[in-house]
Amino acid sequence: MLTKKQLFTQGMMDISPHMLSVIPFGIICGAIGVELGFDPYLVYAMSFIIFGGASQIVFLQLLSGGASSLVAVASVGIINSRHLLYGAVLSEYLEKLSFIKKLLISYVVVDQGFAESNKFFKKNKNEEFLHYHLIGTGCTMWVCWQIATLSGIILGSFVPEELGLKFAIPLTFIAIVVQDLKKLDHVIVMITCGLSSLLFFDAPFKSYIIISPLIALFVAALLLRLKK
Amino acid sequence: MTLTSIIFAGMLTYFTRMTMIALISRDMLGDKIKAVLEYVPSAVFPAIIFPGIFINDFGTFIEMNDPKIFGALVAVIVGYFSKNIIATISAGLVSYWFLIFVVFN
Repeated sequence: MLTKKQLFTQGMMDISPHMLSVIPFGIICGAIGVELGFDPYLVYAMSFIIFGGASQIVFLQLLSGGASSLVAVASVGIINSRHLLYGAVLSEYLEKLSFIKKLLISYVVVDQGFAESNKFFKKNKNEEFLHYHLIGTGCTMWVCWQIATLSGIILGSFVPEELGLKFAIPLTFIAIVVQDLKKLDHVIVMITCGLSSLLFFDAPFKSYIIISPLIALFVAALLLRLKK
Repeated sequence: MTLTSIIFAGMLTYFTRMTMIALISRDMLGDKIKAVLEYVPSAVFPAIIFPGIFINDFGTFIEMNDPKIFGALVAVIVGYFSKNIIATISAGLVSYWFLIFVVFN
């Protein structure tokens, strides 16, 4: 049985390699906000209140492109609707927690944290304090994100744009799913999702980000039926 | 951009994060749904990966000889065999930089 501290540390260790892509992306996010002419305090407030990379960039870009606040807020909601899927997966492992603890933990759930903690949970179902792993991944992400976006806001885009560091984001997610390429059913689900996301990329409110997972999960359900 | 709009966006984000964790209990999800949920990472992350590679900053498709495609392929191969996140990201970035700064320059 691992202690709370061990689990927390394990979570930190498991997510820390992703900081290689998260930190440059955070700097870019902060710098873009200021470059687009927004109040630096508000740009930082986003990191604290919204705390989500893709959401923050889209929010800034839509508003600077003249979209209404309503459209920008709705888009952020749709982009984040993928968290409903993460939550459904995590709920099984967090069930024993009190309602208050669930409310607090929810704030720090991010894509990479979900991915790494979910992998850990699957292997260690019997640990009593599993949620400390999720807190470890989430808090590491939170601290790095605040520092990265703040440095981008204060120092501007000191990461040279020519390096194309935004490309590190798809790479970080490749690292997350690449081992599942060993399983044919997962490959089919991934390709379905990927192609759908390109097909529906121009759908309103960035809704491709939830449409394509739903199509892919439908295909997954069909595959499960075939397997029987 | 106003603080109010950020707060609304933040609340909405928080609700999507919290809803399923706080309000769903084990009995509400049947075995079939749980089996499908096993696929969530594979069903969600390609929607971040594919547009990040194949669509440029202006929202249009990239050329088939774009260095990002090569970088992504290198990342997949290195990631598959190394099982190492840092190696995967670095391999993708370095091969991408090699193409844009050395080969296409």
